[in-house]
Amino acid sequence: MADIIKIGAYLCKGCGLGERLNIGALENAAKRAGKASVVRSHGFLCNQEGVELIKADIEKEGVTRVVIAACSRRAKTEAFRFDEVAVSRANLREGVIWIRPDTKEAKETTQEMAEDYVRMACAEVRRMTLPTANPKAALNRRILVVGGGISGMTAALEASQAGYGVTIVEKTDRLGGWAGRLYKRVADRYPFADPADTGVADMVKAIQSDAKITVHLNALVSRTSGAPGRFEVEITSGGAATNETFGSIIQASGFTRYDLANLPEMGGGTLKDVVDQAGLEELALAAAGGPIKRPSDGREVRSVIFVQCAGQRSEKPGHLPYCSGFCCTTSIKQAMYFKDRNPEIDTVVLFSDLRTPGAGGEDFYRNGQRKGVTFAKGSVRAVVQGEAGPVVQFQDEILNDSVSMPVDLVVLATGQVANAGVNIENAPESAESVQKVSILNLTYRQGPDVPQLKHGFSDSHFICFPYETRRTGIYTAGPVRRPMDIAQAMEDATGATLKAIQTLENAGLGRAAHPRVGDLSFPTFRREGCTQCKRCTVECPFGAIDEDEQRYPQFNEARCRRCGTCMGACPVRVISFENYSVETVGQQVKSLEIPDEFSGKPRVLIFACENDAYPALDMAAQNRLEYSAYVRVIPVRCLGSVNTIWLNDALNNGYDGVMLMGCQKGENYQCHFVKGSEMAYYRMSKIGDTLKGMNLDTERVTTYEVAITDIHRIPKLINDYIAMIEKIGPSPFKGF
Amino acid sequence: MSNPNQTIPGQYRGNFLREVEANVEEGEWVKMCMQCGVCAGSCPLGPYWDYPPQQIFMMIRAGKREEVLSSTSMWMCTSCYNCMVRCPRELPITHIMHGLATYAKRIGKAPQTPITPRFAQKFWDNLTVTGRVNELKLGLALYFINGIGEGIQTAMKMQDIGLGMLKTKRMSPFEILGGHGIKDKAGFRAMLKKAEEIELAKIAKNQVAGV
Repeated sequence: MADIIKIGAYLCKGCGLGERLNIGALENAAKRAGKASVVRSHGFLCNQEGVELIKADIEKEGVTRVVIAACSRRAKTEAFRFDEVAVSRANLREGVIWIRPDTKEAKETTQEMAEDYVRMACAEVRRMTLPTANPKAALNRRILVVGGGISGMTAALEASQAGYGVTIVEKTDRLGGWAGRLYKRVADRYPFADPADTGVADMVKAIQSDAKITVHLNALVSRTSGAPGRFEVEITSGGAATNETFGSIIQASGFTRYDLANLPEMGGGTLKDVVDQAGLEELALAAAGGPIKRPSDGREVRSVIFVQCAGQRSEKPGHLPYCSGFCCTTSIKQAMYFKDRNPEIDTVVLFSDLRTPGAGGEDFYRNGQRKGVTFAKGSVRAVVQGEAGPVVQFQDEILNDSVSMPVDLVVLATGQVANAGVNIENAPESAESVQKVSILNLTYRQGPDVPQLKHGFSDSHFICFPYETRRTGIYTAGPVRRPMDIAQAMEDATGATLKAIQTLENAGLGRAAHPRVGDLSFPTFRREGCTQCKRCTVECPFGAIDEDEQRYPQFNEARCRRCGTCMGACPVRVISFENYSVETVGQQVKSLEIPDEFSGKPRVLIFACENDAYPALDMAAQNRLEYSAYVRVIPVRCLGSVNTIWLNDALNNGYDGVMLMGCQKGENYQCHFVKGSEMAYYRMSKIGDTLKGMNLDTERVTTYEVAITDIHRIPKLINDYIAMIEKIGPSPFKGF
Repeated sequence: MSNPNQTIPGQYRGNFLREVEANVEEGEWVKMCMQCGVCAGSCPLGPYWDYPPQQIFMMIRAGKREEVLSSTSMWMCTSCYNCMVRCPRELPITHIMHGLATYAKRIGKAPQTPITPRFAQKFWDNLTVTGRVNELKLGLALYFINGIGEGIQTAMKMQDIGLGMLKTKRMSPFEILGGHGIKDKAGFRAMLKKAEEIELAKIAKNQVAGV
């Protein structure tokens, strides 16, 4: 059925469309230019009667492609969903009548706009086919958890309780991670007054008695290949390797202790009575509830200073530039170790900004104060050896006082260094120059570990998809993602587990997990046209494409997020989706009638990212903000999917300019597909010479970063661009 | 009995904080200050203080006993309560300032300038005679607090106001002879005596406890 192309175009007259537009002329456009076999209009297309009308045509008239000329593709999605045919939407409401004034003068250009959108939708749907699910779909309800710390254990228990099998791979000889090496944890329950039991022993017990969870201790992941639903993993333990298959992977590889030797000025690594927070936990565990003794001579500690932000939040070489977020509350907890046993022990916390995140953080801080812990805003200059122990030299920032204070013990609150494996993309920053060992040993073409964003933490879309790494089906949880404490790590692991379940279930159905949840389409390529240039394998933000033995791209559909960045990258245009391809967009570009240079009606094409820019345009319309009638908007999955041939087509067809609207790129990227908008910018930065070669002004192709909130900015961008085009004059390619 | 002025508190050791907690009204709140500085920014007399309340609290925690007790800061407080209503940690800052002033005066650490501590004493002495404030005597006492010369100058300067008050019967010149008082003066004195006993007992208890 999919091979027979019979287009049905349905025009809605509701929402004022009937009054503002000449529907008869639109019907003609669909019939003549759009070559639609069936053309109908209805006063209220999205109501039951209208939808039944379309359904009847699909069944009785054999319509295989449907064009809905009504509202935005983002509106009425349920009503206009026809699973058995390809559907294209002409946006006449948000795209035309809502952004144009209802005046006599504007009527002509408004009608032209509407007719063009009808033509474009017909041209698009002609080239669309119905997507079918990934033929390599596999369902595997087992999850691999890498790391047996608090995050990994939480993930394992959550997955098991949801009915999924779990294998934990832990590199040490016991479960528990850093949390297992604590004397107590920060209070997690009202009244947040006292250090609490870590709960690690109970979790280990629960895991050991859970039949659905297998634990490999002293083990490493030595090889990972495949895709969501069919990950093949080699687990090496004591020289012996076993192979297992998994549906998805949770990487909870945690953090490494910051090396104290980097802080010699604070006595780190040189003075025995200067320890880090983990060191104090060791002392507290050794004391087992008795008096805590200092390492140098075993004398009971009577005075202790906690130095916050030691080697953190500092741009000095070898220091961590970020705040690890857990250390202030940890120091309060550790000061309580002393105060709870003996209130006479002097405990001073030297902070620069006391940060106690979490619901109970402030209460815990108050309880520390109540117990008599002294908090002073101070910066430490040095810790030196005195007669009876370390002497802390610091500046009291409130009293502007230089203080030299002898104490028994100094605790440096150092930060977390992510255990994210090998940095496969960026040159390592100085603070993380330690030689990293791969954690997942992925056989992916793009490298053995998940990509990192900054400071060695794994990359994830901070706002929209916090657990998603750039390797589909692999989720990072806990301090490998960003610095965090136990409570946050547990919440994080729970979230990652839910995502891991979601992705393996979607993989079983052969469809995308996120952000295009449920999308069945996936990219394929025409082998005979491929030149093996490898741009798709390199530019895919998600490492979805490997190379086969003959060096052709090998698509792993289940790893794909359907952004189309590969399609935009392909110089020979052989990559396409069933319902989104070089043709579906290219034919839209070519379907318009371009007025000649004497008409005074320029034409500007806009490629708008459907995640941010297109909704912003819709919302501008909802606010009835006006913009020029000379633009024609084509939504794209991601700006990264824009193939330069579309620009070529547009300019050759006589368009006067092309605007590309994508998401923010760079470190604080907003792109749903992480690198898509960045790739688009990169590609567009290279076409200046080509434009000059074509004797065109470089402004004729301009790229913009547009956020979903740019509702008022976006009409202005458009109108300014049109004004600019009117100034530089019509394209010399018109009329050819 | 140990003299509290003879013990030297160590830096950041908490001794002085414990002394304040034991002896100063609402002193147990001092440790709860989080050093945000809202009190310091709210004080209308802020520019005239040696140290703003935020700093006073930090100094107490840092063991700066001499500087705190002999400072003029808490004597500059006009009890406007701006700091107290704004304190995010809900510290009774105004009351702590009064408590600190009282304690400093009691152990002989109150500063000689400004005149506030001396005027406070004169107010007390004036009040306790008859149970009512003798405004004429109190006003004159304030004029002459720094000596005869300055007193005469101030009195001359204020004479128009004084005559006005006499004319409108807001002030009686006969008050100089002793003035009016409350009915049960004996009861009033007994009440003050009892309050002093309670106060002294509290101090004695603290000294035994060594704080």
